[in-house]
Amino acid sequence: MPGIKQYDAIIIGGGHNGLTAAAYLGRAGKKVLVLERRHVLGGAAVTEEIFPGFKFTVCSYVVSLMKPNVMRELMLPQFGLELLPLESTLTPLDGDYLIRTADSDETYREIARHSRKDAEAYMRFGPAMGQIGMSVRPILETIAPNAIRPSLSDLSALKKLLNHFQSLSSEQFEYLTKLMTMSSADFLDEWFEFEPLKATMSASGIIGTFMGPKSPGSAYVMLHHYMGDIDGAFRAWGFQRGGTGAVSMAIARSAEHFGADIMTEKAVSNVIVKNGRAVGVALENGDEFSADIVISGLDPKQTFLNMVDENDLPADFVDDIKNFRIRGSSGKVNLALDGLPNFTCLPGEGHHLRGAISISPSYDHLEQAYDDAKYGHFSQKPFMDIILPSILDPEMAPPGKHVMSCFVQYAPYDIKGGWDDTKREAFGDAVVNTLARYVPNIKDIILHRQVVTPADMETTFGLTEGNIFHGELSLQQLFSFRPAVRWADYTTPIKNYFQCGSGTHPGGGITGSPGEMAAKKILGIWK
Amino acid sequence: MSSSKRFAAETQLNLSPFFERTSKLNESQEWRRWSGYLSATNYELTHENEYFAIRTKAALLDITPLYKYIVEGPDAQAFLDRLVTRNINICKVGQVMYTPWCDEDGKQIDDGTVQRLTQDRFRITSAEPNLEWINHNAAGMDVTISDDSKSTASLALQGPTSRDILNACAQDSLDTLKFFWMMDTQFSDIPVSISRTGYTGDLGYEIWMKPDDALAVWDLLLEKGKPFGITPTGLHALDMARIEAGLILLDVDYISARHAIIESRKSSPFELGLGWAVKLKKKDFIGKKALEAEKSRKPEWKFVGLEIEWDPFEKLHRKAGLPPGLPCTAWRTSTPIYNGKKQVGYATSGTWSPILKRYIALAHVKSEYAKENTQLHFELKVEHFRKLSPARVVKTPFFDPERKRSCPV
Repeated sequence: MPGIKQYDAIIIGGGHNGLTAAAYLGRAGKKVLVLERRHVLGGAAVTEEIFPGFKFTVCSYVVSLMKPNVMRELMLPQFGLELLPLESTLTPLDGDYLIRTADSDETYREIARHSRKDAEAYMRFGPAMGQIGMSVRPILETIAPNAIRPSLSDLSALKKLLNHFQSLSSEQFEYLTKLMTMSSADFLDEWFEFEPLKATMSASGIIGTFMGPKSPGSAYVMLHHYMGDIDGAFRAWGFQRGGTGAVSMAIARSAEHFGADIMTEKAVSNVIVKNGRAVGVALENGDEFSADIVISGLDPKQTFLNMVDENDLPADFVDDIKNFRIRGSSGKVNLALDGLPNFTCLPGEGHHLRGAISISPSYDHLEQAYDDAKYGHFSQKPFMDIILPSILDPEMAPPGKHVMSCFVQYAPYDIKGGWDDTKREAFGDAVVNTLARYVPNIKDIILHRQVVTPADMETTFGLTEGNIFHGELSLQQLFSFRPAVRWADYTTPIKNYFQCGSGTHPGGGITGSPGEMAAKKILGIWK
Repeated sequence: MSSSKRFAAETQLNLSPFFERTSKLNESQEWRRWSGYLSATNYELTHENEYFAIRTKAALLDITPLYKYIVEGPDAQAFLDRLVTRNINICKVGQVMYTPWCDEDGKQIDDGTVQRLTQDRFRITSAEPNLEWINHNAAGMDVTISDDSKSTASLALQGPTSRDILNACAQDSLDTLKFFWMMDTQFSDIPVSISRTGYTGDLGYEIWMKPDDALAVWDLLLEKGKPFGITPTGLHALDMARIEAGLILLDVDYISARHAIIESRKSSPFELGLGWAVKLKKKDFIGKKALEAEKSRKPEWKFVGLEIEWDPFEKLHRKAGLPPGLPCTAWRTSTPIYNGKKQVGYATSGTWSPILKRYIALAHVKSEYAKENTQLHFELKVEHFRKLSPARVVKTPFFDPERKRSCPV
């Protein structure tokens, strides 16, 4: 391909994991090209001014799981990573509320107002989960071994993990086993009695999945959300100044600092495979780029069923990818507000608006929301995880105005009759109506409403079926099975073609981890 | 709020003219003493929001406890130029200079800012009382020196939205006010002076007013500042920010030469990272000879930034089965610094920097160990046992955003 610059590696997709891989490869001296289809970088970690003056965190909205070593190694704070603490979680109830704050005395007193037993259990729960978080770290930080035909290095990795597990206390092992298998509701029932507390905590077990809090396996998803820490504090959530798009931009600046070329509005149509080897990519506009290796940051369906020809892949692998569960279950409603929402349970302004607000008054609320989805409808009274970014970062909205980010579940991708404009707006109405029950002034202050359905996530952001994690975080799709057995170590059946998206170990969320570990794997085998 | 939740106590400490507001806002009722004043440690139960207000919104701090003196008269410029180490002769009206001042032995007494209010009128701020020293050195000069400490109240407004807030309050635009300059303006009909100065290393201002106007200024700032995230902020947050900015604190990072009971406790500006502020080309000033001599023989100590390296620090904690134990507030306990087995210095303040995601400290080290990137060891305790953790000499300020100096126009 004369006249076209030769790269060591091409990365398909400028999402945060693709950018992370680019930065790591660049840091190791490789010449990398990142190709992004959209006009903005970040994939689902993006901030866009959808309504003049109002910046929306269109999809992902909070950060906790970003790996500290990635922040350090890529010097992300220097390039704009600034994580502001989300200090509290408010669960509005009819006529009451539950709030957990950064102050442990305050939180104790507040939970004790509802249940003294829970208040005390809560003080033990945090450290226990912190320990569990620490004990699963080694799994997350291990390149998933080939479970069918382990190599020597796989065996040594497995042995290390085995030794680690033998070092756990019996109590830790018990919690871990429970978290890997139980439903989040069952797990929490062993600890607590006050239902709004349990329901709110169980909600971390359903985010991004097609499960309810009583579905077995949801406890693992809860654990997945516990593994993050900010400044050594486990389970701490943060808001990136400027929105999650600014995380992507920080990684992009780091990648550029390490010499990567990043191009937007360059949609890759397919990977060029010659003699079973990836040699470059072809763009939708007809341009081609060649490179020694090609890495896909897309989800497994896109990576294997869209970017390459099925005939270049083993048939059983194609089956595995086709069977990979990637059902989207969530939507996003972003609101531009003329003023602050006024909660019936805690009127006026206050610290409670600075953290997360969870519409999760009971298990029944969550399960009924899930029931709607099981039968192909969006939830009439959905679960919501809400934040007000403009309270934390006034530059997200014009002075005195606000933006509200509502993560909403459930919104099934496979909705009866398919998603269209009418259903999108009806879904938006259901969200606003559910909110209005707790925030009576909400309808009066909405200046603009952006509703993002799973179908929109697929068309706009390329997330197959609108799954925010690039595939369900269920046990059969984790570690050595993510996305498929034998190909969980970022390699693929096609030589010189690699994967680095959330559909690989250790999965979704703004972690940088798949991108980092893919790059390290690739550098380890680069000849 | 029920009366049982109200806090009131008789105190012998000074109360700032803002106390009527700050005491009601201080939910934690955590106070520190600052120059004999009751000064808020943090207004909320935890200080995180206040820290981040400095870096992402606007933090409002009551800095009235600063000592302030007015120096005026035909010899005011000449006198101050003799008193401090910087060149006051080039300080224009409306300009502010940060400067240390020393005794005859070139040992630092204090540091503060000199504001040139008019041709013959200056305000100098200090951390400790300096009236006696100033008066003593003014003998024979045509200047009048008065204690301004209680006749001027002051606030610091620090953070990225601070300019927006002042523009919403003041009759004149702040857009052209440059770093280390000041201007007179009015908040409706209240006269105020605003200097683009601060102790956070961020975009920020200090507002100087009559104590009688203090509450009206406070109220206006809070009202106009609300859409911009104005946040009353205490000393916990300030201490973290000033370490990130690499700014020294008297009685923490050094001891005034006037109060050091032994010679080794004294420091020269060269030993405090303030060599840039010592203008040896000036005709004469207090301590000049000693400082010239020190410069030619090279100072014994240097004041440097340290970064405690993460990986070994984390490993030390993991070995004990603990997550990395990060200080969530700034510390100010003298901490030994080693090169191998030999102690070569001591850190005087440090903090985890949430914005930089680095564990940073300010330290005195022997000059031969002060070069950037020198690998030293920092003493810490992991589960009560002393360990040494690698630390590297790094440039200060640790945090230095462009907005600190830039103007919108």
